[in-house]
Amino acid sequence: MSQTYQAQIYVTLRPSVLDPAGTAVQSGLQQLGFTGVAGVRIGKYVELTVTAADEADATQQVDQMCDRLLANPTIENYRFEVQVLTEGVAA
Amino acid sequence: MRFGVIVFPGSNCDRDVVYVTQDILKQPTRKVWHQETDLADIDVVVVPGGFSYGDYLRCGAIARFSPIMRSVLDHAQAGKPVLGICNGFQILTEVGLLPGALVRNRDLHFICDRVPLRVEAQGRFWTSAYGGQTQIKLPIAHGEGRYHADADTLAQLEDQGRVLFRYCSPSGAVDESGNPNGSLNNIAGICNEAGNVLGMMPHPERAADAQLGSTDGLGLFEGLLQGQLAAV
Repeated sequence: MSQTYQAQIYVTLRPSVLDPAGTAVQSGLQQLGFTGVAGVRIGKYVELTVTAADEADATQQVDQMCDRLLANPTIENYRFEVQVLTEGVAA
Repeated sequence: MRFGVIVFPGSNCDRDVVYVTQDILKQPTRKVWHQETDLADIDVVVVPGGFSYGDYLRCGAIARFSPIMRSVLDHAQAGKPVLGICNGFQILTEVGLLPGALVRNRDLHFICDRVPLRVEAQGRFWTSAYGGQTQIKLPIAHGEGRYHADADTLAQLEDQGRVLFRYCSPSGAVDESGNPNGSLNNIAGICNEAGNVLGMMPHPERAADAQLGSTDGLGLFEGLLQGQLAAV
């Protein structure tokens, strides 16, 4: 029996990599008056559904997807959540 | 010497390279569609500039899984020359033939300009035709060309003399004022440890015909030809 899972994946630049887009947005927020804002970093959000034998299998597959394509380990970190997609509630 | 220019969906500097190798240098050249897998007839592989797969996800991230890249890896591992220009450089880092990554320019702008470069590592065949000339000017056109690598990788590149081109000021100084995109150590082009794979953000093919105002890029292709002839 296989099951469909939804994965929510967050890819962010490693802390050591300069994020000019984040810096620009931070300055925009400060100009709006949010003077307390600091440390804006911009990343990517990927959502996908995957069919797998069980949650461990789904987690392993998503981890490999992140490692091989969705993130570049040289410059990026990633984290993700996997949950069962109930039938009829497909994205 | 036979040139093969890889064409991905979104490549747009492929014909410029073909013009240089076939029409100016009179070398047999063929365009290689990314779904091909055979490079047996090719001596030099060029991965040209452009926007392979629309630069979706990351520049070069999807192109690296095209069928032809397996053959490009074999070609490189056999010690034959591979040249990656701009998007081609990004693809070569993604596929692991070159270390590091190319990330968003420091000032967020897409830069289209002609910039001075220091020719480094004179012992390499890629730069041999410059005959000790240390400064040239080449066009750049990129939004994500800032070279990034961790400290160990950078140290290794420097210690092994693998930085072949560095952005510099008009007076030749390698400093922040001459760094258009924020690349670490002002790096514009690097080679692999064996020296047969070169990746660079500037476009030598766009400065190879005098009618376009400069032939500073032609030396790179001439060095390639001379290096190969000497090796035969």
